[in-house]
Parts: sequence; structure tokens; C-alpha cells
Amino acid sequence: MAARPALTRALPHLTSTVLSRSSQYQTSLRSISSLSPLSRTFSTTLPSLDANASTSTSSKPPTPDYAIPDPSRPTHFGFQTVTESEKREKVARVFTSVAEAYDRMNDLMSFGWHRVWKDHFVRTLNPGFSPLTAGPDPRGPQQILDIAGGTGDIAFRMLHTAHVVNRNPDVRVIMSDINRAMLTVGKHRSESLPASQQAALSFLEANAEDLTKARPLVPYPPADPASEEKPFFDPTTATTSIPDNSIDLYTVAFGIRNFSNIPAALREAYRVLKPGGVFACLEFSKADKHPLFNAVYKEWSFRAIPLIGQLVAADRDSYQYLVESIERFPSQEEFRDMILDAGFVIAGEGYEDLTGGVAAIHKGMKPRT
Amino acid sequence: MEVVFRRPAAAISRPKGLKPAASVLVTVSTSSPLSQSQLQLQLQPQQRRPFTFSSLTRPPPNYPGHVPLSFIEKAALAIGSGLMSLRDPRRGDLIAAFAEATATPYFIYRLRDAMLSHPTGRRILRDRPRITSTSLNLPHLRSLPPNTVGRTYVEWLDREHVSPDTRAPVRYIDDEECAYVMQRYRECHDFYHALVGLPTVREGEVALKAFEFCNTLLPMTGLSVFAAGTLKPRERKRFWEVYLPWAVRNGLRAKEIINVYWEEELERDVNDLRAELGIEMPPDMRELRRREREERRRRKAEEEEARRMAAMEAAKAAQGQRQ
Repeated sequence: MAARPALTRALPHLTSTVLSRSSQYQTSLRSISSLSPLSRTFSTTLPSLDANASTSTSSKPPTPDYAIPDPSRPTHFGFQTVTESEKREKVARVFTSVAEAYDRMNDLMSFGWHRVWKDHFVRTLNPGFSPLTAGPDPRGPQQILDIAGGTGDIAFRMLHTAHVVNRNPDVRVIMSDINRAMLTVGKHRSESLPASQQAALSFLEANAEDLTKARPLVPYPPADPASEEKPFFDPTTATTSIPDNSIDLYTVAFGIRNFSNIPAALREAYRVLKPGGVFACLEFSKADKHPLFNAVYKEWSFRAIPLIGQLVAADRDSYQYLVESIERFPSQEEFRDMILDAGFVIAGEGYEDLTGGVAAIHKGMKPRT
Repeated sequence: MEVVFRRPAAAISRPKGLKPAASVLVTVSTSSPLSQSQLQLQLQPQQRRPFTFSSLTRPPPNYPGHVPLSFIEKAALAIGSGLMSLRDPRRGDLIAAFAEATATPYFIYRLRDAMLSHPTGRRILRDRPRITSTSLNLPHLRSLPPNTVGRTYVEWLDREHVSPDTRAPVRYIDDEECAYVMQRYRECHDFYHALVGLPTVREGEVALKAFEFCNTLLPMTGLSVFAAGTLKPRERKRFWEVYLPWAVRNGLRAKEIINVYWEEELERDVNDLRAELGIEMPPDMRELRRREREERRRRKAEEEEARRMAAMEAAKAAQGQRQ
């Protein structure tokens, strides 16, 4: 209903099959909810218990063209236009260069507010506590995958919430990043965690667009200076993969705007999540619902942040790229529609604005069928 | 015959709010076949900074790597880089940014005009030579006869255990020619070191900066002299008594060192060059520091010796008393 014109606007390549598939979801969900058809519907009962459960996913729909990673397809790197493979290289250079000063720069750029955002993100996800688990104890085992986990802010918070707040030691977290330098910084930081939390944490080098090729973290910089190890993951050296339907919670915080092909990453998330698993994304978004605040925010972004990058990290260009990539990232509604397009179901509006829209949390669930 | 006049940009008064990048180029051509004299007025493009609330509309760059900054940004960069480079002088990139942020208005234009007023300076501005880590042939310089400029330079590099490195590119100066002038100053810094023989320790850098300020009038060089406050007391005393007077005397008296075409002067006698420029050599700083270190070591050894003797005397006296 409201989704359809928005979907067509945002994704002009959509074929009628995709549209009809999403409308099948809508009809099946509408049949079991009593809400008015004009509002976005959500299910109030477990879809698995519903006798009229739709069988539309019995045959998997073909992946649309734009969701298949293509190294020569043009995309954007900040305000420049580059191919997908070039973007991967450039992003790798940016993050290798900022890895050491990353956390300090985050604090300086947002006046420490990024910590509030991340705390809220993890608290609303409440890992380690799943009331839909069969049995009296809502603390079942959970596997969490933190994509673009880098220096570990989200993963460490997940471990703390699950192990300490919810007292559920059965929660394991995989921290994944394509950039070895960032992941190595995260590993160093994890050494100050309690031992039980460190035991539940593992590190994985992977490209989120293809999680069938991954590999455990290799130390960086390499002990042998003559070796050819690059600071980011090379899929030809992959040794492991993440199987289908194996993850309970897939999170990505402030990483998805750097991906070369976001629809491919969303479909990969859909693949690895268990039915009923949750996709959660914390990302910078549009604050244009508050024009004056937005103007001040843009001034701060484009004038002060590259300057702070120059003074603190000796790297103006990386921070110029970061603010430009925020500018280029789709709006809340457009990104929600991309999540829907990948097959997830959403609740309510599908996103939650933080700090007036400066950041937004998008959540989706892989439907149980 | 073509006569080229250029009024110094520093002398042009320009309305507020416009970037001071204008200069008027007047060419008088008397050999034109069409008319006796042709006056052509060419106005250099003036950068009109748009007053807009969105910083997404920066004016286009004037040269590769150029980042046009607004006044507040430039002021913030100047203050930030100045304070942080005072705290950590090893951040060469911040010192470079500080130089660029404080060079406008007036000072970099004055330096550019000083180059334009001198025939060698004009040639440098036309040829735009660059000194990078690969452009100098060090083995060839080592083979030159002693007391040549090139040999002195290489000997200084070896003595200080440094190598010529590619300096950071200029990014924040709007006028393209002035950006080259700043880049040239930055790349010739090591040659100035070799010319006056000052080492790369903090004391030597501060003394050289004082000399450069009196000669080039760039604000970064003058403000760097405040780094003398971070020197050790002995070094500060030496700076105040010896090197600052030397720097002021020679910097003011000497010809503009920015106008030296170093690539052509490499095989010339260095004392000849110094005499032409009007520079006298300061006392050898490394020698002074070494002598002072030895003096201190000797005095400490003497004190140690005296203390040991006193202790032995006391022990002997105590033993004598007991017996």
C-alpha cells in the first residue's frame, strides 16, 4: 500500500515479481492482524502458529541484478563516482589510516554522544533475553554476528548486556570486519574484558557482501615484514564460511554506508539469519525534518570534522570522505525500503530516529515460515 | 619588446569579504603589427566566497589538493595547529598547516613580490623547480669538491643523519602562485640549515626559525620562536645571548634567501654564496653543545670524586676514633 509507491521510487529496477511477492507478504500479514489496511501492519501472533501462513518462500525468488556484487558497477565514494572494487580499495585505505585514532576521533566528532547511541542500540536489542524461547527461562543460547565490528564498541556492549545484565553466559559474539587493522585494534581492546566474555568472543575477517568466504583474524601488521599481507581481507585466502540460518542477531553499526553494494550485504544478512532472527543497523541518517538543526549539523560536519581530523589524526581526506559518505547514504525511508526488498519484515515505521535523525536504528526480522 | 608590470598585491586595497587573490597584470606591447601600443588589462580571477549556510558549496579548487577555507576555518586551523605543534613539535604536518593558515593576508604576498622583484626569483617562479626525495643526486653531490654548496649540504645531511624528504604539499593557500612560493620555502628549509650550519635539534630549529623570520617575514617562523620557551634553561640562555642576536642581525642584513636558485648553485663555493647573501656563520651549535656536555660530565665526575674522598675521610676518622 504505502510501501509500493515508495519502493518503486527508491528502486526503479524492481520487477513486478518482487512487488507482487511483497504484496503477498502484506496480504498474509493483514489477514491475521486486525489493524486498518492503511497503516503498516505487523504480526501479533507467531507466524509459525498461523494456519494461513503464506508459502511464498517455498521457491526462492531470483536475486535482482543490483544485489549481485559487480566490481565494475559505478557507485559513490563520498562525492566521487567510482567502481565497486575501487570503492572497496579506497575505503580500506581510509580505515587503515584512521584505525589507531578511530575511537578518539569518534569522541571528538560527536562530543562523546556516539556512546549514548550505541548504549541505546544495544539496550533496545537486549541480547541474551529472548521471551519467545520455549520453556520458562527466557535466556536461551544466542549467536550474534557484529558486522563491520572494527574496534568492538557494539560487540563489547553486547557481551556485557548478555553476560552481566541478563546473566546469560550462552551468548556468543562473532566480531567481523573486512579491515584487518581495525579488527586488530578491536582485539587489543578486547584484552581488557573479563575472561568469560573474551571466551565468548571470536574474530572473523570477512566481506559482508559474501559471508561464504571468511577467515579468522590474522595478526596485523604482519610479524614478517616481507610477507604480502594487505591490511584488508582478500577473499582468495578464505578458509571458513558462515552457514545459512545460523545467526540469531545480525548487527552493523556505522559500517553499512561504507559497503560497495548494500543490497548484496542485506541479502547476505538474510541468508545467515535464522528464521525469526533480527537484523539491526545503526547508521547516520538524514536530519532534514529539523531544518535549522540540520543546517548547524551540516556546518559542523563539513567544516569542523575534517579540521579535527587534520589536527588529531593528521588525515583531513579520510574525514572528508566520512562526512561525504554520510551525505550520500539513503534516507530513513529509502533504507527501510531496501531492507524490505531484501525480504525482511519490519515493525511500525521500521526505523527509529536518534538525536533528531542524525543517527537512525533500522530493524528487520527474517520471517519464520 | 614586452614590458611587464605587476603592482604588488599587498598594495592593492580590496573590499572586505573578497579573497585577496587579485592582482593586475599590465602588458605593454610595442612590437605589435596591428598598432603601436596595445594595453591589455587582464584581471586575475577573484575568488568570491559565497556567503551560504551550507558548507557543501565550497568554491572550486585552484590547484590539485587545494582546499579553500573560510575565515573562521582558517582561524581555527591556525589556533589549533599552533597550539598542538607547540605541544608536539614533531608534528611537521601541523607546522606546515600553521604556516599556510597564517600566511594570508599580506605575508605570503610580500614574499611572492620579493621573488618577483628579483631576476632569479622571477626565473624560479617561471621554472617552478621542485625539490623532492628523488630529485637530488646525493652521490654526485658527495663527489663535489669540498666547500661547494652541494657538498656542504650533503655533509650536513650525513652529520644530522637525515635525508631529503618530500615535503607535505601546500593545501590551504588560495592563490596558486603563492602556494608554490610556500612550497618552495618549505622544500628549501634543509638548504637554509646547511647554509648556516645549524643542527636539527630543537635549539637549532628555533634559531633557524628566528633567522627565517627576519628574512622572509612569514608569521609561522616568528611564532615558532616562542618554542624557545620549551628549551632547557641552558639552551634558552644560549639562544638569548648568542643565536637570537645572530639571527636578527643576519636575517635583516642578508638578501632574500627565497631567491636562491639552489639547483644552479650546487657547484658554487659556499663561502662565496654566504658572502654574496651577507650571511655570517653562527658559532657551531653541535660543538658548543658537545663542549658543554663534556664540561658538565667533568664537573660531575669531580664532585663525585670529592664526595667519595669526603666519605672515605669520614670513615677513616670514625675508625680512628673507635680505636
